[in-house]
Amino acid sequence: MSPARIDGPTSGPDVPAGAAGGATSGATAPRDHWRKPSFIANPVARWLVYGGAILYVVWTLGTLPIDWPRVAEGVERAGRIFGGAFPPSFERSGLLIDGFLESLKIAILATFGGVLLSIPIAFMAARNIVPRAVFYLGRAIIIVARSFHPVIVAIIFVKAVGFGPLAGVLTLIVYSIGFVAKMLAERIEEIDFGQVEAMRAAGAPYLSTLIYAVVPQIMPRQVGLTIYQLDSNLRASAVVGIVGAGGIGSTLANAFGRYDYDFALAITMVIVGAILLSEAVSGQIRKRL
Amino acid sequence: MTLSDARRDDWTRFSLKQRLQRYAVLAFTLLAIAWAVSSIEVIWAWVWDAPEQMGDLFGRMIPPDPTNLAAILRVLWETVNIATIATAFAVILSLPVAWLAAQNTTPNRATLWVGRFILVSSRSINTIIWALLFVAIFGPGIVAGIVAIMFRSIGFVGKLLGEAIEEIDKRPVEALEATGASRFKVIAYAIVPQVMPTFWAVSILRWDINLRESTVLGLVGAGGIGIILQGAIDTFNWREAATVLLAILGLVILGEIVSAWLRRRIL
Amino acid sequence: MLKISDLVKRYGGGEPVLKNLDLTIEGESVVSIIGSSGAGKSTLLRCINRLVEPTSGSITLNDTELTRLRGAELRRARRKIGMVFQGFNLVDRLTVMENVQSGRLGYISTWAALTRRYPKDDIRRAYELMERVGIAHYADKRADELSGGERQRVGVVRALMQKPEILLADEPTASLDPKTSEQIMGLLRDLSRELKLPVLINIHNVHEAREYTDRIVGMRYGRIIFDDLPQALDQEAMDRIYSGSPAADRAGGLKEAS
Ligand SMILES: Nc1ncnc2c1ncn2[C@@H]1O[C@H](COP(=O)(O)OP(=O)(O)OP(=O)(O)O)[C@@H](O)[C@H]1O
Ligand SMILES: [Mg+2]
Repeated sequence: MSPARIDGPTSGPDVPAGAAGGATSGATAPRDHWRKPSFIANPVARWLVYGGAILYVVWTLGTLPIDWPRVAEGVERAGRIFGGAFPPSFERSGLLIDGFLESLKIAILATFGGVLLSIPIAFMAARNIVPRAVFYLGRAIIIVARSFHPVIVAIIFVKAVGFGPLAGVLTLIVYSIGFVAKMLAERIEEIDFGQVEAMRAAGAPYLSTLIYAVVPQIMPRQVGLTIYQLDSNLRASAVVGIVGAGGIGSTLANAFGRYDYDFALAITMVIVGAILLSEAVSGQIRKRL
Repeated sequence: MTLSDARRDDWTRFSLKQRLQRYAVLAFTLLAIAWAVSSIEVIWAWVWDAPEQMGDLFGRMIPPDPTNLAAILRVLWETVNIATIATAFAVILSLPVAWLAAQNTTPNRATLWVGRFILVSSRSINTIIWALLFVAIFGPGIVAGIVAIMFRSIGFVGKLLGEAIEEIDKRPVEALEATGASRFKVIAYAIVPQVMPTFWAVSILRWDINLRESTVLGLVGAGGIGIILQGAIDTFNWREAATVLLAILGLVILGEIVSAWLRRRIL
Repeated sequence: MLKISDLVKRYGGGEPVLKNLDLTIEGESVVSIIGSSGAGKSTLLRCINRLVEPTSGSITLNDTELTRLRGAELRRARRKIGMVFQGFNLVDRLTVMENVQSGRLGYISTWAALTRRYPKDDIRRAYELMERVGIAHYADKRADELSGGERQRVGVVRALMQKPEILLADEPTASLDPKTSEQIMGLLRDLSRELKLPVLINIHNVHEAREYTDRIVGMRYGRIIFDDLPQALDQEAMDRIYSGSPAADRAGGLKEAS
């Protein structure tokens, strides 16, 4: 058997012999031009996009209200702040531990409350389980809960129920609903509906159907989500405290407010350590599930 | 042997060990919750009062007051710019960090640890905490906000990008090394094209997140719409606060739509 | 001329995978290396362009000693050694032209590489070679849109773009169907003649080795135990090359040594 078509013409390139100047025998001129096909094929559109992007960056940088002299002072201030921050001070570790434990309590309670509330909301937001009107309501709750940064939610709760951990717990409940209910609703929409139909065919009432045919299918996901959310809430609880919702964030904001940079650094180090630890633990647990 | 000979009528779903494990986990969870409930410093009267207070507050927000809408929208646009510019800079700065933090591109062990240290410190400190620091350094204003978002985003983008670099197909890298290409050219031709999709996906994702984050920078004085919100709340101007909240909601939803569209276009 | 003498390669602390191996390749011949899995064929090829570090011994290509080169010198030497891989090892998300031009990366400036502004001569050569192997019309396609045979042609052109003084091919046809496989083997033989290029091919298909190559080297357990014209490869030689397993061999080798 001959090695087929490519065996054809012997007018191969004599390139290694040098002398690349020799004209190729074909009728067409040697092809020595090549450009990478652009991602945006139309050149006008391409230049509009590139030009627009450059213009946007230049224009926004130029017009943002920036107080340059004040920014220039920053270097010196940074020196002063870091000078004040080192070495970190663990003198008031009592305050530090109290703040941290409060954050932990906030995270635990918010996870508990948030996950509990997420379950009915997730069912409401699952297209395949509930009537249309309920579905839209459920989705709306989730979108609102997800769209507002916990810090915004926190200042509203602080105004409504006062400074302290209660505002923190309420905030993180909303935060948990935004994530857990969304993920859970997606899982519910993916369930194997055959099982539900089997239950219905057996004459099971609505609630039993949910418990026997739907809950077992979403349970593993729910446990994973809960652990993940506990980790997220611990992170977030450090932040909402900055606007007065309790926990170690409040301790940090106070330290900053009093220019106690060495204490602030100590707090930050504890926060970072706690976050790394909780991330590692939660990752390990979720891997085992 | 007939079916009834088996006499297995004490079916349980889990074995004894499994059940004990489950009870232990349950008990631990309940204990944690009990500890938190019993020792948290809240005034329980306020807790029972909270729904009423919330209702009262939302009542005072209605109807939203649009008199300052023009100013609100202008600052909202400024917020978008903060998020976008900060994301752009962060994404560029995260490239060398990702290169340092990926085991297969980092020059040596010391640089690997430098890269990892940058990623961990950037990632574990929240944008708001970064903002506190930069407001103290640069004074209140947009610069502190942009830098804060950048510092947080570098870790996020750098980590995901570094992981993408570690997961690439190594065979093209080997092939280009065999052609005698320099290290830099091997990266440019064999590694960069492979991580490009991740790069765009992560950048868009982070932009979407940053849009949300930039709405709260103002609460610690770092610029953006948060300043107006804070002002409205501090003066108990709840109807204007409602307008701002609605504007933020609109912005975030719009941002999600735009990023979904970009993802479809680019990927 | 490629001259390998007394080459030893040992991975980690174990038994050497290549044992005092000598091999000389002169002129523009196509040489195939056969041997059972684990015999050390890939290791031998990769020692030549130093993707694997030889433990000791010498490899010279046209009077350049390769084993002691470092850094920029090593890269300059590698430019002269083309390699074709079993898995093609293309960059999937780049176009065929970029993949082909990546064979020139050792020659062109960093700026030209980054901006994709390749020298005119390189583009002309690329089109000629792609024309020759039948993939010129794919220049702007992404490499992952091509079939296996077409991808291997891209791999071959990439190696030839280096203007190599020798071409190494590590099982270039093992991922291809029988017909495409024969086409690629024929292509390698013909290109070797046209470009006056010595080619060294690792291959498991003995039939193809006989058909398309000028000389067959049989390896077993890190040693060359057969080196002759294809016609001389009879059943007895085949048995010697393929019988037993490297592990059994290794044990035997130990006994011999003690
Ligand atoms: N990177 C490595 N580290 C350790 N041992 C290796 C490595 N590469 C190869 N080896 C060992 O060296 C021996 C020879 O391997 P090599 O890949 O050269 O064989 P081969 O003849 O190419 O086999 P095949 O036909 O399967 O490709 C094998 O025993 C293999 O386990
Ligand atoms: Mg091999």
